[in-house]
Amino acid sequence: MTSTALFTGRDLLCLRGGRLVFQDLDFQLAAGGCLTLVGPNGSGKSTLLRLMAGLLKPLRGTIAWDGVSLGQDPEAHRARLHYVGHLDAVKASFTCREMLAFWAGLRGAGGVDAALAAFAIDTIADVPGRFLSAGQRRRLSLARLVAAPAPLWLLDEPTVGLDRASVALLEDAIARHRAQGGRVVLSTHIDLATPGGAVLDLAAFTPVEDDESLDGDDGAEDAA
Amino acid sequence: MLRLILRDLRLVLRQGSDATAALMFFVLCVVLFPFGVGPEPNVLTRIAPGVLLIAALLAALLSMERLFQGDFEDGSLELLLLSPLPAEGVAVAKVAAHWLVTGVPLMLVAPLLALLLRMPGDQLGLLVGTLALVTPLLSLIGAVGAALTLGARRSGVLLPLLVLPLYIPVLIFAAAGLDAGLSGLSPRPHLLLLGGMLCGALVLAPLAIAAALRAAHE
Repeated sequence: MTSTALFTGRDLLCLRGGRLVFQDLDFQLAAGGCLTLVGPNGSGKSTLLRLMAGLLKPLRGTIAWDGVSLGQDPEAHRARLHYVGHLDAVKASFTCREMLAFWAGLRGAGGVDAALAAFAIDTIADVPGRFLSAGQRRRLSLARLVAAPAPLWLLDEPTVGLDRASVALLEDAIARHRAQGGRVVLSTHIDLATPGGAVLDLAAFTPVEDDESLDGDDGAEDAA
Repeated sequence: MLRLILRDLRLVLRQGSDATAALMFFVLCVVLFPFGVGPEPNVLTRIAPGVLLIAALLAALLSMERLFQGDFEDGSLELLLLSPLPAEGVAVAKVAAHWLVTGVPLMLVAPLLALLLRMPGDQLGLLVGTLALVTPLLSLIGAVGAALTLGARRSGVLLPLLVLPLYIPVLIFAAAGLDAGLSGLSPRPHLLLLGGMLCGALVLAPLAIAAALRAAHE
């Protein structure tokens, strides 16, 4: 991947459960950039992140990396992204180190110890997943980001469950990642320091009830 | 892919109730038959192939529901689908792990149970051979159903309804093969048909499973 590659979305429209979540949404992310998604609950932050990950497909519009749409080369896109969702993928019977080694190994990387240290879970590296607190689970989930380098981080409310010290660790990790030319898209409800990052307010793209030219049919069905 | 298989195997070893439950179910199910139909050797020999196959089929189904459920609920499956591994590879690895922890033990225990049902000793090789073809088929077909019912609220009820009809051809040819062996005929055509089904399922089932897994995450 070239460092000049742009990660872009154009004219995105997304329909979830018969409801128009957002429309006419554009974004652009250059190397070293950070995009913070804000907006009220249900404004489509998670949906947009899942679109960016390729788990969902937009009803209209395209998301592209360096001009190549995600649909054309999904495997290359998966190889360059890390996604941290609401679920932490913690197995009760595996230790932190084992889980991290597995996820890093899938990407052919092995920076497990450094990643454990980066999120201060080296002290609990050999504790099985069932004894972890919510914050520890989240930190383990975030440690995957550091264990196997990937240029694009998609973080869906990564600060949930984290104490203030851990949020600082996350900010450090993001800053280091961006300094190396990585990109970050994250959604958050708290203030996360992302110097020089852009903010995308999804509320601006939420369709107004009255001018739903495209959604008219669905509205009628819902009412019936 | 090997890494995922190894992880699944280790997961089963650590919290192994699922796999052993299927095996115990298989054993108990077969052992109950002599009590139910009486210890008459002729009758038992006659029904042995059917009993063993149906018990294996139900045991496979029993363990199938959890195949993707655990990974789906804790978010691992989502991450696997986003890993560089293709979704088909994830499907193959999960099915392979399932077969290794349920299919293979079934296959190994079956000869003992067959003796209990008074199956002639010279038929045991055929039985193991047939099961070697049947158990991977059960895993592959069942996994399609398990993937399709992911996220459905009553998946426990839906899965057998979806999968059992698809098991019928497997059951027919496997039972016919064993019967042929018992009555001194060649089981070869039936085994060849089973082999053909297995080849087809090996190619098609991962594609279907991958599509269903992706759909479950939309």
